Amino acid sequence: MTGPVAGWGIPSQERITAEIAAAHGSAVKPEHHPRRDFAPYRSSVLRHPHRAPVPVGDPDAAERTAPVLGTRDVRAGDADLTRQHPGEPLGERITVTGRVLDRAGRPVRGQLVEVWQANAAGRYAHERDRHPAPLDPNFTGVGRCRTDDEGRYAFTTIRPGAYPWRNHVNAWRPAHIHFSVFGTAFAQRLVTQMYFPGDPLFPYDPILQAVTDPAARARLVAAYDHALSRPEWSLGYRWDIVLDGPAATLPGPEETS
Amino acid sequence: MTLLPPTPSQTVGPFFGHALPYEGGGDLVPAGHPGAISVHGYVRDGNGDAVPDALLEFWQPGTGLGRVATGADGHWSVRTAPPPAARPYLPVCVFARGLMHHLFTRAYIGPAAAAGGLLAAVPEERRSTLIARPEGDGTYRFDIRLQGEKETVFLDFHG
Ligand SMILES: [Fe+2]
Repeated sequence: MTGPVAGWGIPSQERITAEIAAAHGSAVKPEHHPRRDFAPYRSSVLRHPHRAPVPVGDPDAAERTAPVLGTRDVRAGDADLTRQHPGEPLGERITVTGRVLDRAGRPVRGQLVEVWQANAAGRYAHERDRHPAPLDPNFTGVGRCRTDDEGRYAFTTIRPGAYPWRNHVNAWRPAHIHFSVFGTAFAQRLVTQMYFPGDPLFPYDPILQAVTDPAARARLVAAYDHALSRPEWSLGYRWDIVLDGPAATLPGPEETS
Repeated sequence: MTLLPPTPSQTVGPFFGHALPYEGGGDLVPAGHPGAISVHGYVRDGNGDAVPDALLEFWQPGTGLGRVATGADGHWSVRTAPPPAARPYLPVCVFARGLMHHLFTRAYIGPAAAAGGLLAAVPEERRSTLIARPEGDGTYRFDIRLQGEKETVFLDFHG
């Protein structure tokens, strides 16, 4: 099976890489978040607003309160993605753990963390994933847990594979785990992706590179932590998450009830 | 106080469908709830084309959290309680493939929606993008346009 070749409107990696470099060069100050308007990621072109968001200063805004607990049931086994089927999934068994904090460094307690990912071969258990890599009958790649009193989350899973996509010719996503995190205010909501250290695909990936500041990109990369690895069982990665949002977020009435 | 730098956002991507939406995610209140309203609409891109891989979340204090994915035609729908006069809106958070960082907006609902607050601060020609249009029988239409003409007013809470 051969992939598409450059031409006919499908850009080459060279072209995407040049566009990424130009966009990074245009950043006049470090930006915490990716640009919504990041043309090297072609799907962003028609899906970003042209107008600046309107600031909302209202301290009573509903968005400054938190979704209450219990919006989704979390069962004990949900945090172990390797035990959701009769057999064990193929791949390198890993644990991923860290703390969810607000920007003041306070732990975000008892909040929902959801993850989803490809299997070890780089294939999602999703009907629209057409990558010709094998599905793993023992791996769905979906997990959830709640943070503890220190804001800590922990998942056991397998290391996902890199996978191809159609942004440009020879486009490959670096291995990543998708994360969805709630804070103590709806305005702190975060959906993001965690990457693995030293992945050679980083410079080629317009999704990671949409974060133009190298220091901010580094915050998306987990650290290998040998102390978290378990002998003859699994490798450990540590990744802390800091939620953005209103600086002076206080616990809402829903949270204290 | 020095603030920690935040973890950057990344797109929700195309493959969240088996992970994030859940049964009953569009029901902030159960069927038959007294006074329940239905809010629905389409998500469209800068060409006016349907966005079939968006995920919307709704948060109403005291009522609950809703989460729905758009269908192949970009359509979505939720059932909720009418928002209170003090906060006559339904907060909405938009995620989508192609969208690197989620967007917040609000669906203002009911007669109180005409009052001041945020709506008064938005230029008149853009105000209608924040107002859910009554269609009768407790149903309201709220379309989300990510870009271009009639672009939805999105909100920034980081101040
Ligand atoms: Fe992915």
